[in-house]
Parts: sequence; structure tokens; C-alpha cells
Amino acid sequence: MSTTTHTIPFEELSSVVVRFSGDSGDGMQLTGTQFTNASAIAGNDISTFPDFPAEIRAPAGTLAGVSGFQVNLSSHEIFTPGDDTDVLIAMNPAALAANIDDLRDDCILIINSDAFTKPNIKKAGFSDNPLENGSLERFRVYSIGLTNLNRAALEGIEGLTQKDIDRTKNFFALGLVCWMFDRPEESTLDWINAKFGKKPVLVEANTKAFKAGLHYGETTETFQLRYRIAPAKLEPGIYRKITGNEAIALGLVTAGKLAGKPLFYGTYPITPASDILHALAGLKHFDVRTFQAEDEIAAMGATVGAAFGGAFAVTASSGPGIALKSEALNLALVLELPLVLVDVQRGGPSTGLPTKTEQSDLLMALFGRNGESPLPILAACSPSDCFDLAVEAFRFAVRASCPVILLSDGYLGNSSEPWKIPNPEKLEPILVKHPVKVEGEEFFPYARDPETMGRPWAIPGTPGLEHRIGGLAKAPGTGNVSYKPEHHAQMVADRQAKIDRLADIIPDQQLFGDEAGDLLVCGWGSTYGAIHAAVARARSEGLSVSATHLRYLNPLPKNLEQVFSRFQRVLVPEMNGGQLAFYLQGTFGRPFESLTQVTGRPFKIDTIHKAIRKTLSKES
Amino acid sequence: MSTTEAPKLSRKDFASDQEVRWCPGCGDYAILAQMQKILPELEIPKENIVFVSGIGCSSRFPYYMNTYGMHSIHGRAPTIATGLKLANPNLKVFVITGDGDALSIGGNHLLHVLRRNVDLTVVLFNNRIYGLTKGQYSPTSLPGAVTKSSPMGSIEQPLNPLSVALAAEATFVARSVDVETKHLQDTLSAAARHKGAAFVEVLQNCNIFNDGAWHHVTKDDDREDHLIRLEAGQPLRFGRDGQKQLRFEGLSLHVTDAGDGEPVLFDPTETSGATAYALSRMTYPEFPVPIGVFRQVAHPTYDQGMVAQIEQAQSKKGKGDLVSLYLSSDIWKVGGDGKTSNDIESIKQEIVKG
Repeated sequence: MSTTTHTIPFEELSSVVVRFSGDSGDGMQLTGTQFTNASAIAGNDISTFPDFPAEIRAPAGTLAGVSGFQVNLSSHEIFTPGDDTDVLIAMNPAALAANIDDLRDDCILIINSDAFTKPNIKKAGFSDNPLENGSLERFRVYSIGLTNLNRAALEGIEGLTQKDIDRTKNFFALGLVCWMFDRPEESTLDWINAKFGKKPVLVEANTKAFKAGLHYGETTETFQLRYRIAPAKLEPGIYRKITGNEAIALGLVTAGKLAGKPLFYGTYPITPASDILHALAGLKHFDVRTFQAEDEIAAMGATVGAAFGGAFAVTASSGPGIALKSEALNLALVLELPLVLVDVQRGGPSTGLPTKTEQSDLLMALFGRNGESPLPILAACSPSDCFDLAVEAFRFAVRASCPVILLSDGYLGNSSEPWKIPNPEKLEPILVKHPVKVEGEEFFPYARDPETMGRPWAIPGTPGLEHRIGGLAKAPGTGNVSYKPEHHAQMVADRQAKIDRLADIIPDQQLFGDEAGDLLVCGWGSTYGAIHAAVARARSEGLSVSATHLRYLNPLPKNLEQVFSRFQRVLVPEMNGGQLAFYLQGTFGRPFESLTQVTGRPFKIDTIHKAIRKTLSKES
Repeated sequence: MSTTEAPKLSRKDFASDQEVRWCPGCGDYAILAQMQKILPELEIPKENIVFVSGIGCSSRFPYYMNTYGMHSIHGRAPTIATGLKLANPNLKVFVITGDGDALSIGGNHLLHVLRRNVDLTVVLFNNRIYGLTKGQYSPTSLPGAVTKSSPMGSIEQPLNPLSVALAAEATFVARSVDVETKHLQDTLSAAARHKGAAFVEVLQNCNIFNDGAWHHVTKDDDREDHLIRLEAGQPLRFGRDGQKQLRFEGLSLHVTDAGDGEPVLFDPTETSGATAYALSRMTYPEFPVPIGVFRQVAHPTYDQGMVAQIEQAQSKKGKGDLVSLYLSSDIWKVGGDGKTSNDIESIKQEIVKG
């Protein structure tokens, strides 16, 4: 390879959407993550969208096996991973075929031409080679023999098979893209050393592949331009990148610390929630007690038991698992024990789309239990919001002595954004009071706090407060079994009242845009970014539209009805069949217009923007 | 946990103020009485004892005990008890369950609480019937059992609770009988003192829906011929005058006269558990029904393992510090000169100072 360096000019971009795509064994998630880390360290705002199949290794070269990782890098604040891809790295024909509809004209395609063999082209569903038939004319195509270039670069390293060498070609691609976008090398080199430190030959191989990619860009004349994205103006502070699942794990540990409580995490492996378990299992020095149960029911049961025992108890799952947990969750509701249940939603019904996102568990969270069984429901709107609401969920649980449901989804769980590291000393402590025996006073396990309507959290091991709790209907105060009509009616009312009173600590619903107008776009959960960006675009076009995003779904903020009343129309975009719209309509008795999407993918900004325009153009 | 010297407790201290509401003549009364009798001898402060039950007649048990208790949901008591024990390993936790609760709806949980060897005591009341729902066949009902849900006789093969417990790697497995007062006390006491998951099957009579299910070992004049009382280190002899014995022929046990050959001395600590399993397979009328401790082996408990890992992690990494945890990733700085120090302590200071 020549060592001459060509001076290739830089073009300044305000933002760029890069997508890495290949076989699920090609290491695309890793490549995307490393590129994102380097970009975050370079100071860009970032938003990522990993998109991978449920099969661990679908047959190589097929569409079913394509794994993608999209990242939006920007010099200004961004809210989504981006609608359309600006740069696609396609490691094989299937990766090209899977993404071709999402590519805007003039998109840069970096293609591993070595993978465009006849069988691969056929497996991807192309009738002939798209690199040769002119079908990619609307794009800027860089067809590079990545496999062979990488093999040449790694020649002479002893102890590597051809297969080992080919497994490093993603680092060649990463090096090339890092060169193209002028990304710092250190974070990737550090990662290689940390990951493969015990196997020097792999450190050497991956480092060489990465550097070969960098040098390829620098020394060949393939590329006419490089790109720079200036650092974003984020709030000053120390930042890291965080996914929703990581943020939930950190938030739960933080909640335990704020209350001086051990954290108990009872769970059963399920996509896309398992990463929370992986994160927490490594935090035993925080007195985190992870328990991998025999099934979802046992995970929920153990969580109820741990809450009775006085731990900060939490379980997490996804749709099918939440369905299994509902009976034991309802037991916790009637026992009135504080705990947290996290639902990282995925496409349903049934097994559905394990690795794809959806918001279709809202009505299950609200109503999916037997009897009158209200529970507080919080919904995170971004990866970093997962941290805040994990802490908040425990605050609610302790206050109202009940389980709290925290809704996330596969998109929030796996995608990442910059997170300003908070000072835990500035977070409000969570006050937990366990009663002790007062001589001469009878203890009433179901006595109500007049302000919160919660009941005392008396834990086994406390002398003199021995008592029995259970799933049967009970008498107020004593909690003794009682089937008296007036007792049941009062207990049902009391359990509702303590949920309702959480509204006292829920902040007023805020608006983005004007306080009143023609249209309000109201969302919840992970659609925040797309809604915010779409409304900003519509407002810049002069449309009378505002946005509001619900993080508290039960109870709803006290001022919400009033907020709605100031708008002619309310549009509710959701990744389900219209569940929030249905709930709001039933609650407030006014019409809500629904924008629904159940494709397993997050909304594009454009989809919501178009819906805004369409709604406003309709006769009211 | 209380640190003061606790006053000696008596049976009465363990009786709650709730009226016991089992049917008159139910075998559950006897089990409740023996449990209340043995608890003071364990010398565990009352506040550290918790009874967790599922659903069924037996599962009303916690309401009658003046300890902490939870009457939970059908089949799930082992899961709740596990979480409770892990939240506070100092507690003495009992699981009270029945044949339907433990072996049908909760079968999976029973297997796993036993194999994990969580330090708790499971007492299964086996009356071979669903009583609370008024008389349907259960997973321990015999083939041919005529019940409300099997008017032509059950066509199912029953589970043997002790074989299940042994197969699930339980470290303590025993059987007793509701009316065998002393034997039941001794068995419950030994189970409660065992470190690890202890499993006790109590043969219990439901005099309303399945009266006489165990009469061959409780009522019949020749009942001693139908029972074999297992005792560690003793020969496997039984019968009114100890005139019969059990001997291995090949891999299974057979009944012979007491004088035939060298007696087999019973050893519940035998690691393979082969004898215990062979004994668990014996059913009336072909064989006498063994009662007593089948298996008792020492094995690390799940809760000990958990505590040990926490201690190990803390001695290696120190007690967790939140800021260090937040920083355990690639970090960058926005504002100021934009440079981050490589020194984690100074970065922590920067965050704490805001």
C-alpha cells in the first residue's frame, strides 16, 4: 500500500445519518456502537437505532439475517435516529436489498463488492448484479473489495484462520468510515485492547483491520470528500452514551441507594429486556440481588416476596412475560406492597416481533388484571428519561404502597443518546419508613396515611408487628379476611384513592409550542423524538400546532383536560392501534384523532409531519 | 433481628387471634397443633418466622399462626418465599402447600425451589383431593378415584411427591402422618432445623371429600404392617413385631422375613439417594408406606451463595459508588475547555461539585 497522503477536502455537515448493515454474524451492532462512541466523544449529539433479527444467525446472506445499526450524528440537538439514510455501509447484497427503500437520492453507498457473488445476489432477491446493471445510479456508490483488502492487510499474522481474518472485516469498514468522518481513533483502539487483551493475536488483527480501513481512505483516491460535523451545543457537563436498558438499570440502582435499600431484581430472560438483567448482575457490590427465576410467574412472585421482606424489589419483562405476571402483580396490588414492574414492550400479540418495537401494552398495563385493579403507570420518552423514571417509579411505589408499572419499549431499550451524568447527591432521597412496635398500641397493617392513603410497610423481622396478609378480601385497618360488602367496597375505593392522590406530586403537563391553537399532537413513550421534530418542522412552516408528551399515564396530570381544551383538535400518534386515544377519549369524553403505526418500527418524522398537515387541512 | 434475650415462648404464643375455619375433623388441625408446638423449641424469635402459603385448604394455615405470614396465590408460594428469603436471609421461612397447589399448578416452582436449595421448609399436606373447590381429583389421586370431576374413575397416573422432591435434588426429604403426633413433631422439627430446602409430605385426611385416603396407615388394626418407620442407622424392619424387612434384590426393594440375610441399615445421608428413591417408590398395598426422613444431606444454600457473592464483590470493588458507576463508559465533556481529565477522581469531583 502506498504511503502517500492525498489532501482530501472536508465538507461541513450539520447532521448525517449513517447505517451499518450486514449479516447478523458480521458484527454490525458492534461496528455501529464503536462509530457512535467515537462520534459522541467528538461532541456530536447522537441518536441510534439498532435493528436486528430475532434469529441469532439466520442463514448467511439472506434477507432474514440482515442486522442494521443506524446512527444520526449532529451539530445541533436531535430527537431521532433520522428518517432517511445518508450513508449506507452494506456488507453484502442482502444488506443492500433490505435498505434500498430507505435510501434518499444521492445517498453514499459503501459496498463490499467481494460479497456480491452470484449465489449471494440470488439469495438477496436480485435478478442480476445491482453493481453492474445500473440500478444504483441515483446513489453515490463506492464499490470496494473489503474482504480481499482486509485479507491482504492481515497477511502474515500467525495463528489466524481465514475465517478469523474475515471476522475482522467489520473493523476495516469501521476504520474507513471513521476516516471519512474524521472520528477519533482512541476509543476504538482502547476497546479492542480491553476486549481482546488476553488474546494478543486478536488485538493485533482487529487493530490492523481498523487501521487498514483508515489508511485505505487516506491513501487511495476513491473518495473526493471527507465530512466533518461540528460538536453539538449540549448543556455543559460530563456526558456518556446510554441506552434505555442501561438507564433503567442505573436508575434502579440509584433508587435503592437513595433509599438505603438493597435492590432485588427477579426476572426471566426475554428480549428486549434481558440487558437490564445483564447490567444489574454485574453490580453485586451495590448489594444488588439478581434472581433468574424458572419462569415469568416465579420472577414476579419472588419480587412480591422480596418487597414483603423490605427490599426495593423490581421485575422486568416484555409483553408475553407481562401477561404471565399479571396474577402475581395483582397479588402485590392487593397486598399493597411497593415494587416496580418494567415492561420493555415489543411487537405483539403472542411471541410477535421479539426484536422490534411497539407500544401495544398500554391497555394491558392499565386494565389487564382481574377485579378493580388500578396501578400507577409511567412511560419513559427517551433513553435518558428511563433513568429518571426508574427512580420516580420507586418514589411512587413507596408513597402509595403499591406496584408501579414503568413502560419502555424495544426502541428505547436498545437505542442510545448522550446522557449528562447527574450528581446523585442532588437527587431527592426516597424516604422509607418501616413502622416499629409502640408499646400499648395495637398495630393496624392496613391503616391509611391520611395524606397519601398508603399503608404501613411493616417488614418481617420487626418484633411485635407480626401480621398476616393475603389475596383474599379484607377488612380496612386490620387487614383480616373479610367478605363484608361494605369492607370490600371501602378497600376498592381506598386503593383507587391512593393512586388518584399520586396526581398531587405529578408536575403539570408542559407544552412545546403555543398554549392554544388549531392542533395539539399528544404522544407517549418513545415517539417523543419523532413527534417533537415533526411539530418543530410544522411550526417552522407557520402551522398552528403544539406538542405535548405524557410521561404519567395513570394518574394523568391534573391540568391535562384543561390543556386539551385549548386546542381545536388533538392528534395522537402511537405505535399501536390507537390505545392512548381510546383511553383519553374514555377519560375526557372528547374526540381524539389517531395516527397509528404497527410495523415494528419507530415513526419517521415525515410520517407525523404529513399527518399534521393532513389533519389541519380537514374541515373541523 | 431482635438482639435482646427473648423470653421463652410457648405453643400459645404462636396461635393467632383468628378463628380456625377448617371442617371439623380435618387433618389440618393436627398439623397446625404440632407446628405450634415445635416452634418454641427452635428458639427463633417469633418476628423472624414467616409462613407463606398458596391456595387451598392447607394454605389458610398462615392466618392461624401468630407470626408473619402471607396467604398468596395458587402454586406460587415457593417463588414468594424465595424472594422473601433473598431480601432477608435471617428469616426462617415456611411454605405451606397442598397436593394440588404444589404438584399441579405450582409444580414447576416446587422443582426449582428444591434444586436451588433455598433455605426454607416446605410442608405439603397431601390428601389426594381438591377440597376447597369441593372434591375434584388431584395430581396424587389414585387411578380409578371417583370424584366430582371423575365420575367414572380417574384415568390419570398420580405423582409421588417424594420421588419428585428427590428427583429435584432436595437436600432434606421426609414424610409423616397427620395423626402420628410425636412422629409429626419430630419430622417437622428436623425439617425446620435443616439448612437448605427441606421437603415434608404429611399424609392428611380430608374427611369430607376423600375420607379414609390414608386409613391403611392411620386407622386399620394392622396399620403397623402397612408402615415402615425410617430411622438412620437402623435396619429397614417393619410389622407389629418387626417381623419383616426390606432388602434390595437387584435395583429394587423387596419384602422378606426379618431373619433373611444381613439387614440393610438405612442411611439418609447417602449421597446417591438411591435407597431414598427406592423407598419413595413403595406404595400400599404392595409395600409398606415409609415414613420418616428419607434424605438429609448438606449442600450450600442459594441464599448463602448470594450473600457470599455480594461480600466477595464488595471486598474486591468496595461498596458501590454511584458516580463511578455512571462513569463506567466512554465519557466526554461539554463546555469549559472541553477537555476531560484522565483522572477518574477529579472527574468525580467535577460532577459532585456540579
